[in-house]
Amino acid sequence: MSAFENFYTQVQVWPEKPEPGVAGDRVQREKGALFYYWAGVIGNAQIGPIYLGTLGILSLVFGFFAIEIIGLNMWASVNWSPIEFVRQLPWLALEPPKPECGLCIMPPLKEGGWWLMAGFFLTMSILLWWARMYRRARVLGLGTHTAWAFASAIFLYLSLGFIRPLLMGHWSEAVPFGIFPHLDWTAAFSIRYGNLFYNPFHMLSIAFLYGSAVLFAMHGATILAVGRYGGEREVEQMIDRGTAAERAALFWRWTMGFNATMESIHRWAWWFAVLVPFTGGIGILLTGTVVDNWYLWGVQHGIAPAYPHLWPPVIDPAASGAAQ
Amino acid sequence: MKYAAAFLGVVIASLLTIAMLFTAGWVRPPILGQQAGFRGLGMEQLTTPAARRKLELANVPPDAIPMPPAEGPKATEVYKNVQVLKDLTVVEFNTLMAAITTWVAPQQGCAYCHNTDNLADDSVYAKKVSRRMIEMTRHVNTDWKAHVQNTGVVCWTCHRGNPVPQNVWYDNVGWPQAAGFATTNYGMGHPSAANGSTAMTQDPYGALADKNAVIRVQATKALPLNSNGASILSTEQSYSLMIAMSQGLGVNCTFCHNTREFGQWPESTPQRLTAWHGIQLARDLNGAYLTPLKDVLPANRLGPHGDAPKLDCATCHQGANKPLLGVSMAKDYPALGGTPAK
Repeated sequence: MSAFENFYTQVQVWPEKPEPGVAGDRVQREKGALFYYWAGVIGNAQIGPIYLGTLGILSLVFGFFAIEIIGLNMWASVNWSPIEFVRQLPWLALEPPKPECGLCIMPPLKEGGWWLMAGFFLTMSILLWWARMYRRARVLGLGTHTAWAFASAIFLYLSLGFIRPLLMGHWSEAVPFGIFPHLDWTAAFSIRYGNLFYNPFHMLSIAFLYGSAVLFAMHGATILAVGRYGGEREVEQMIDRGTAAERAALFWRWTMGFNATMESIHRWAWWFAVLVPFTGGIGILLTGTVVDNWYLWGVQHGIAPAYPHLWPPVIDPAASGAAQ
Repeated sequence: MKYAAAFLGVVIASLLTIAMLFTAGWVRPPILGQQAGFRGLGMEQLTTPAARRKLELANVPPDAIPMPPAEGPKATEVYKNVQVLKDLTVVEFNTLMAAITTWVAPQQGCAYCHNTDNLADDSVYAKKVSRRMIEMTRHVNTDWKAHVQNTGVVCWTCHRGNPVPQNVWYDNVGWPQAAGFATTNYGMGHPSAANGSTAMTQDPYGALADKNAVIRVQATKALPLNSNGASILSTEQSYSLMIAMSQGLGVNCTFCHNTREFGQWPESTPQRLTAWHGIQLARDLNGAYLTPLKDVLPANRLGPHGDAPKLDCATCHQGANKPLLGVSMAKDYPALGGTPAK
């Protein structure tokens, strides 16, 4: 067995011939492919062949439109200065229409029109890429688990940028394009709606996110640790005694009494990962539509604790009707 | 080959480390923390000995010029064209003029405001401005005790020896954008000192000159009963204004707010009340005193859109939550409306 106790991959995946009895010839499998030693150090040494097809090419074309619209608007916002474009790139934005626009379809280009177009093209690109993933999996005779996991991420993306703005009746509720702009949007969104930490679906999403990281670390470590006994043959070993898989299972039963099987660990991981954006998307869809202030909602439902005040009560000076 | 890769990796890691060391804005320990709220809420103010020393050095007030006793003839009886300081005697008047010169135009001297051939002449624009500023100072010290209490302000509080205070703002001094149909982003998407290098509103001070601007954005009820809630755009504008305020005061959000819920008054500290009156004060002064100066000031003192310089929190506070770290200069100058120490 190969040794796995290293930082990077010890096995160069550079197959000379198919497994006995497997149909298809080497030429077909390696057509358009390249082999690189350094690629083999971090992954598979074989790069390609890539299959683009109609869906892939259309997806790339729409994606190019979206990036082009976003990038040129960003460049225009520094008056076409190449140096400032590079210097300010993390801050540069393409903002959605103004609140006054509502759900208007044809806002002025400079006030959200470009954002709508970029959003349309990016969404088309992502949906076509999803269809391509689904189709490639079917053509190879695989299950479509990857496509459905990707669909979960697309659900969060659409919740933020399309479904929730529709429910709220304002494109202006959507996320801007840009590196810091979309992060600042997130902070402002949480503040506007009374602190997203009190949103139970936000809590679930975080729990699944951190859980995914823990599961990934546990499973990765387990397989590397039993690699010396051929443990990477995970599923085929799992029902037998005395295998690497049983050693791994025994390790976890010794340390915490219960363990996933070599099959079910992948279901655990898949569901945890899929539920991160899915629960998050539900939390987003409830914000502003069903709950306007999550902190006050949390107070009403006993989630937000009360702390002692260290000073006399502070009373809103505008409560008497004066200006803010 | 492998050694070359390892060597390359070490070189890249070293370069990244060096870049990080010199770009990340490190603060040299020790960090001094002062707890302000109940434990566990993270309500504390942080500083370092070096930052505190720098602040103390920058806020040493000038020596007071002692005001003489109010004896002798009134200034109005001896000088012509005295419109504001009518209640002062000649010696008081002259002492105040000397103090104002050291506060506002120490290099330029009397001639910065006066025609030295005829001190009563109003031909120099700066004289008309300073007359209005004296009225403003009196207004602040007598009518805005909710914010300045008995500490009060004098010209030095903002000017610090500069004819124009260092911290003023003009309308829409945004990054130059391409015209035409390119996105405007409503003034967002560029870092500025005022917005704390975020990508939110570059010029967040608008609400300090507009009495009707709504700063509050959070819903006051758990459920969305009001369909006209604040937009994300106005939230980001308020957010930027709050960042500018906290920078002007040299504090973080928790000086006034319990950040688990910014809007709730019962969760806030008493400092939020003072700050609230400060916002009203800034709106009053910008609206009644500073904006109208655009007709008096020469073009080189106006902003790119022809507006007068306006004030924000940093104009007086200059990075200290109490201007001049709480030292009252106004107590020595009742002529400016200051409250004498008892």
